[in-house]
Amino acid sequence: MTLINLANPTRFMSLSERALSWFAAATLLAFAVGLNLAFQAPDDYQQGATVKIMFLHVPAAWLSMFVWAVMSLAALGTLVWRHPLADVAAKAAAPIGAAFTLICLVSGSLWGRPMWGTYWVWDARLTSVLVLFLMYLGVIALWRAVEDPSRAARAAAILTLVGAVNLPVIKWSVDWWNTLHQPASVMRVDGPAIHPSLLWPLLAMALAFFLLFLTLHLTAMRNEIMRRRLRGMQLAHAGSAAGA
Amino acid sequence: MNLGPHATFIIAAYGSAAVVVLVLISWIALDRRSLTRDLAELEARGIRRRSARLREDA
Repeated sequence: MTLINLANPTRFMSLSERALSWFAAATLLAFAVGLNLAFQAPDDYQQGATVKIMFLHVPAAWLSMFVWAVMSLAALGTLVWRHPLADVAAKAAAPIGAAFTLICLVSGSLWGRPMWGTYWVWDARLTSVLVLFLMYLGVIALWRAVEDPSRAARAAAILTLVGAVNLPVIKWSVDWWNTLHQPASVMRVDGPAIHPSLLWPLLAMALAFFLLFLTLHLTAMRNEIMRRRLRGMQLAHAGSAAGA
Repeated sequence: MNLGPHATFIIAAYGSAAVVVLVLISWIALDRRSLTRDLAELEARGIRRRSARLREDA
């Protein structure tokens, strides 16, 4: 199966319909395993039970950046290769990415209060993630503001690629600036600096979040294809009615 | 299970995440239901996609 095969929306609808129930089942199973591991994990020697917020906060943070990266690839697909599903993928991903970013911000705030003594601080990591959330809202607003899907796609693709500059800023903000947020403890050059008893539940929850994204993204893409078919049928009908 | 002195924050974090995910799932499901209904209505009125008409003609 190549990308060319998937470029046909009808074929994509057929394939995704068959895959969706499997992805949904895998998501439920992964969350059952992940949450079970998360709530059986030992307390951290410094943070106590609040470390359980990490199993939610970190996967949401990873996904918030991953979804923007997916949208950036889709933006290239729109602007360079004119792939017919690229802008469908980008438009469908934006609200899901915004939801993950919101979970990251809220859970981080609720973790920060007992650990740092504050819900919020304007440090580089927190501020750059807030900027990411605002960019998601901006892209969603842009898609809704322009009626013609192909014009909206090009404008949103440019905004998405410009916004991708924020991804390395988020990732390395804790190294480039003096922040209250701790540096990376999993994705490090010299390997994870986190005990396996906490790392495995974290990875299980990350897998569950990834599968959730996959399931919701495929469903939202199918919705968007249906919306365009509906629009096409309405326009064709209006055109034939006007010509008659 | 003992969540310690900061149990409220842990429960609030998981609860708020569950609410966000449920709202997202509901929104996508309702959107799907509405689109399916609108497409079915148009097809019931005899309005079909060009590719479907071509298939029927063939």
